[in-house]
Amino acid sequence: MNGAIERFDDRARRRVGAYGRTMVRENELVRHPVYTRVLHWSVAIFFILALLSGFAIYSPWLYRALTPLFGGGPTTRLLHPWFSLGFVIFFAFQILNWLEPMTWTSDDRRWMKQVKSYVTNKEPVEPEYVDFFNGGQKLYFWAIVASAVVFLLSGFPMWFPKTFGRITVDIGYVLHDIAALVMLVGFIVHLYEGTGAQPGTFQAMTRGTVERRWAWTHHPAWYRRATGRDPRTDYEQARQRSSRPPDPTARTDLK
Amino acid sequence: MPSGTLQIKAISAHSGPIPGQGVQREEDVCKYIDVTTCIGCKACEVACVEWNDMPFQQTTFDNTYQTMPATAWNYWNLIKFNEHQRDDGSLMWLMRKDQCMHCEDPGCLRACPADGAIVQYTNGIVDFQQENCIGCQYCVSGCPFDIPKFNSSTKKVYKCTLCSDRVGQGLEPACIKACPTGCLKFGTKTDMRALADARAQQLREHSGFANAGVYDPPSVGGTHVIYVLHDATKPEQYGGLPANPVIPPTYTIWKRAAKPIGLLLALLAAPVAFFHYVMEGPKEPAP
Repeated sequence: MNGAIERFDDRARRRVGAYGRTMVRENELVRHPVYTRVLHWSVAIFFILALLSGFAIYSPWLYRALTPLFGGGPTTRLLHPWFSLGFVIFFAFQILNWLEPMTWTSDDRRWMKQVKSYVTNKEPVEPEYVDFFNGGQKLYFWAIVASAVVFLLSGFPMWFPKTFGRITVDIGYVLHDIAALVMLVGFIVHLYEGTGAQPGTFQAMTRGTVERRWAWTHHPAWYRRATGRDPRTDYEQARQRSSRPPDPTARTDLK
Repeated sequence: MPSGTLQIKAISAHSGPIPGQGVQREEDVCKYIDVTTCIGCKACEVACVEWNDMPFQQTTFDNTYQTMPATAWNYWNLIKFNEHQRDDGSLMWLMRKDQCMHCEDPGCLRACPADGAIVQYTNGIVDFQQENCIGCQYCVSGCPFDIPKFNSSTKKVYKCTLCSDRVGQGLEPACIKACPTGCLKFGTKTDMRALADARAQQLREHSGFANAGVYDPPSVGGTHVIYVLHDATKPEQYGGLPANPVIPPTYTIWKRAAKPIGLLLALLAAPVAFFHYVMEGPKEPAP
């Protein structure tokens, strides 16, 4: 990686980190530091603004409903590229921030092969090898990176059509739509996974911490690195201590 | 001639029905341009600028007799000059009045994402409604004739209106009124097409222009501005008139079919997520 970019990125992390703090309660681990959280929500705000203003122009069925949010059609059109630029800039910092934990590994290929068991909640805890991010999270991240690049490359011709010419705009228009749809699907899944699908996840991006049992459930390898303890042993011990049914691994399906 | 009202036939990016559609039947209007009798006097250019109350501006001299290289947001009507050398070595001066073609299937209207920014009247005129224009310039890339022009200070796009304000009152367009040679005529599409066909036949049979013909391209459903050309097989030589103007598939197949289907498929993620929650439940931290 480029040394100059790394230094710049690090300085931003230190500066932002100096202003905030992360309250760690009993039995909690720090999941996302202040810098990551600030970036995430800055990206999120610009993403949603760009998404709404973009889909206002995407389809005649959405035009009437969404343009008033931004003060009418002309202002929607005027603001959309700036929202998108805000998204791209903050997301660029997030890419630098997450480059290392988001690197695709052979464990992620293994995770992808058992994705069905993940989706159907087959196992009470994730496989031992799942580290800070699982394969699905990495897939979402890199899909957004790819779409953001497509957005950027196709967006500028649409922003300055005279400079780029007709054909470039025509192709850009189609690519921009495809990127938007990829992002929309990813975003909906991301919203669900971060809230309803996995209780205890949302606080990782707000307060910055997660419960220890959340960590050994969803990211055992990270739990091991963060605490130096064995996730499986801690899980079994907690299970014996708890007053829940003797074997929660057996699903009580009453179909 | 059209009546005093302009009934709308098509609206850009409009999701509902078109108000008043089909209550009355109007004749399709058409502008007839016989390039073989045009003398390049530019009276039509002046009339256009005057009627539409646009400022006179400095001309751009680029070694032709053209007023400027291309039409502009405030200059909708331009005589294009071309010194054409024929096969026998003799010179021909080709002059074509360039303006909006008012396509029956307008690429600009198809491309436009802003509800009501472009309308097509039942008489065939395609008109920009600047108050609804959002300045995205998709129409510029949707038009096969390079007609819509963007004004970067108002952030709106402008083009020839076929003098819809005059036609709506039963008058002919300003350019037609100004033409001294009669190479411009205005009437119903049927009449103008018949006139053009007759003139083309005359050119073929009596003036030695074996390839003379009418330019009324079917690839955009025909146009409400038609040309009589000495050589209809090579329209490009008349200041770049496209032989086969097509609307980019971006604004036809992609916009009409792929985009709505794609959006619906993408939004399916929401009910899928919801029913996942209902059927599989949340994954709680264990135990």
